[in-house]
Amino acid sequence: MSGESLSLSGHAKTVVEDWSSDKQAFNVPWGKFMMWMFLVSDTFIFSCFLVGYMNVRRTTTDPWPYPSEVFALEMFGTSVPLILIAIMTFILITSSGTMALAVRFAHFKDKKKIFLLMAVTAALGASFVGLQAFEWSKLIAEGVRPWTNPFGAPQFGSIFFMVTGFHGLHVSCGVIYLLVIARKILRGDYDKKGDYSIVEITGLYWHFVDLVWVFIFAFFYLW
Amino acid sequence: MSYIPIADQKDEMHDPHSFVAKYVWSMDHKVIAIQYGTIAVGVGLVALVLSALMRLQLGYPDTFAFIDPAEYYQYVTMHGMIMVVYLLTALFLGGFGNYLIPLQIGARDMVFPFLNMLSVWVYLLSVIILMASFFVSGGPTGAGWTLYPPQAITEGTPGADMGIVLMLASLAVFIVAFTMGGLNYVTTVLQARTHGMTLMRMPLSVWGIFVATILGLFAFPALFVSAIMMAFDKLLGTSFFMPAMVSIGETLEHTGGSPVLFQHLFWFFGHPEVYIVALPAFGLVSDVLSCHARKNIFGYRMMVWAIVAIGGLSFIVWAHHMYVSGMNPYFGFFFAFTTLIIAVPTAIKVYNWVLTLWEGNIRLTVPMLFACGFIFTFLHGGLTGIFLGNVTVDLPLSDTYFVIAHFHMVMGVSPVMVLFASIYHWFPKMSGKMFNVTLGKIHFWATFFGTYAIYLPMHYLGFLGVPRRYYSMGTTEFLPESANTLNANITLAAIWVALFQLVFIFNMIWSLWRGKKCDGNPWEATSLEWQTPENPPAHGNWGPELPTVYRWAYEYSVPGVKADFVPQNIAPEDVETTDGKAYIGHED
Repeated sequence: MSGESLSLSGHAKTVVEDWSSDKQAFNVPWGKFMMWMFLVSDTFIFSCFLVGYMNVRRTTTDPWPYPSEVFALEMFGTSVPLILIAIMTFILITSSGTMALAVRFAHFKDKKKIFLLMAVTAALGASFVGLQAFEWSKLIAEGVRPWTNPFGAPQFGSIFFMVTGFHGLHVSCGVIYLLVIARKILRGDYDKKGDYSIVEITGLYWHFVDLVWVFIFAFFYLW
Repeated sequence: MSYIPIADQKDEMHDPHSFVAKYVWSMDHKVIAIQYGTIAVGVGLVALVLSALMRLQLGYPDTFAFIDPAEYYQYVTMHGMIMVVYLLTALFLGGFGNYLIPLQIGARDMVFPFLNMLSVWVYLLSVIILMASFFVSGGPTGAGWTLYPPQAITEGTPGADMGIVLMLASLAVFIVAFTMGGLNYVTTVLQARTHGMTLMRMPLSVWGIFVATILGLFAFPALFVSAIMMAFDKLLGTSFFMPAMVSIGETLEHTGGSPVLFQHLFWFFGHPEVYIVALPAFGLVSDVLSCHARKNIFGYRMMVWAIVAIGGLSFIVWAHHMYVSGMNPYFGFFFAFTTLIIAVPTAIKVYNWVLTLWEGNIRLTVPMLFACGFIFTFLHGGLTGIFLGNVTVDLPLSDTYFVIAHFHMVMGVSPVMVLFASIYHWFPKMSGKMFNVTLGKIHFWATFFGTYAIYLPMHYLGFLGVPRRYYSMGTTEFLPESANTLNANITLAAIWVALFQLVFIFNMIWSLWRGKKCDGNPWEATSLEWQTPENPPAHGNWGPELPTVYRWAYEYSVPGVKADFVPQNIAPEDVETTDGKAYIGHED
């Protein structure tokens, strides 16, 4: 991994000089740049989903259900609001931490630790998806469907399943992506060139998926 | 260890050998470009036939028994969608983007060749899904190319069952294909340029394609999301876009959705889409004009900034398509304002094209004819855009033939003019053969006058109040009989233009097979793609060494140099000057 792309300061090159130079505009591997570009594009997708959500929430004629009641879990005889989602969010944020550690060990080219941390990240991601499946089945058991919702506006079910489903798909893809890369790391596929930047690129994707979740969490569960 | 730029890395060349690896599952950007182009032209011919059928009905209502109203709407819809997305977007970005970006910036290929190959095959898949909708029960969707709900997915609209589902699926698949290609184009332009190729030395073609690709990456998500949401409305019975409504005497299950939300999402994609098509056209035509006028492009920097400014502005003008949609009328003020501002950088570009021609040593070749034709049609379509950008003028003209005339001039005929200019211009590079010039000129004059014969009268029909999308006018009090005569004449002109496109197809195929061999730089152009060691360029483009760039791409007719052009990659001391001194030229 390059030391240069790590430290932004300490280099006399200004942004203007980078952009007016030949060969390249950013001093990063093209895979990393491409991932950034993809994530910006994906941000537009999620933004459109969220704008759609805000809009249907305004246009629907039925009352919007109260999230802390819908997303409450019966525990020890009392209804605890948002407990499941708090656990899920905690898991996903933790997975960002393990991913960041994996990126750190990528700088030292410590294959075993990278593999381990990426596997833990993937496991945390998978458990997030598992808990999401649990949450979905609970809502489905209570009668919430994409087209109907016993608690009020049918759009609640539609947008909830669509957006969390789309995000869950991202997490699931991320888990597969992490496992594939982790295996390749362990197998030594990147030793020939000594270029471990793929770990950081995978990390970018994973952190993005987490960041999106923060927004979904805020807009769907707290609003 | 620091990261090494692509241009400084040692080359790993894996030349493909078998026929399949070379021409079918090819990862070479040039082959992918031609695959993209062939598919796009093929599906474009379908759209051409559809438009001819549509015109037959409009020109001679009650004559053709095989065109019923449902079919007419299906022709309209499929023609529009194919032209805008599957032909123009795919051909400019997938075709010319793929071909020209690596060649013009001095790269060996796109940065991710495998992803690039996937892009073209997924694009083919989207085309197949789209074409499949012709064969399902109920036929393709007839909702109009804007696919507005609730009507697009409500019983009674042609293709409201399977047709619309396939259309939405095809669009989603197309967007996946575009994203795979688009990420490649942007990364290649920014990160894989050769020695000496700064951003401000790039030919304008690359600038146009580059900015258009960024627009695509940011605009297509809105279409993707609206396609998913509408598919949910259709297949799962959700109500994102569907309000409570009564259809054919039945109260539908839907409630509380927002049709205007779809329009906002659609046009948030749809307006940048206009510039996704237009910006590559602006770029390509600048290079063609400069080369054949033997003059540097006038105001290169301004041209670049105008492309960037138009790209940025195109994201905040979308609701000028929605003045009559029922959105808050105050929005109209804002969007009219931004729409008229966008005319400023656009006008800069038109002035600069004209000033490039001014006192140039013009060679009226076939590409040059089409490029000049573009200036006419684009100016024409652009000026009517100023009419329609104003809310008060737009209201009476909305949904009339004036709108049809406007956008066909500005984003139908004009980009197609550039497409023809570019195909003729780069055909010798792509094939190594020269096309037949006489046939090319016949093609130009027939197309140029033909399109005017089609679209000029439409402005007049629009002022009369002839509504668009009507299967037939019937008898009305406000339309004189002569409107029908005009319509019949437009149809004749449309068929004339359609037939003359066969001349083009014939010319291309015949020239590919029997055309005269030509050398690598028949137009005496300066940009890198004309300086390749082989013609057409071999795999890897440049032989053992990447080229080094010393100047911009517009060094034409400079005083003190013997030839009337100086290629970008000729070292200053190798330029033959009258006084024997080294010649650098325009460096920045």
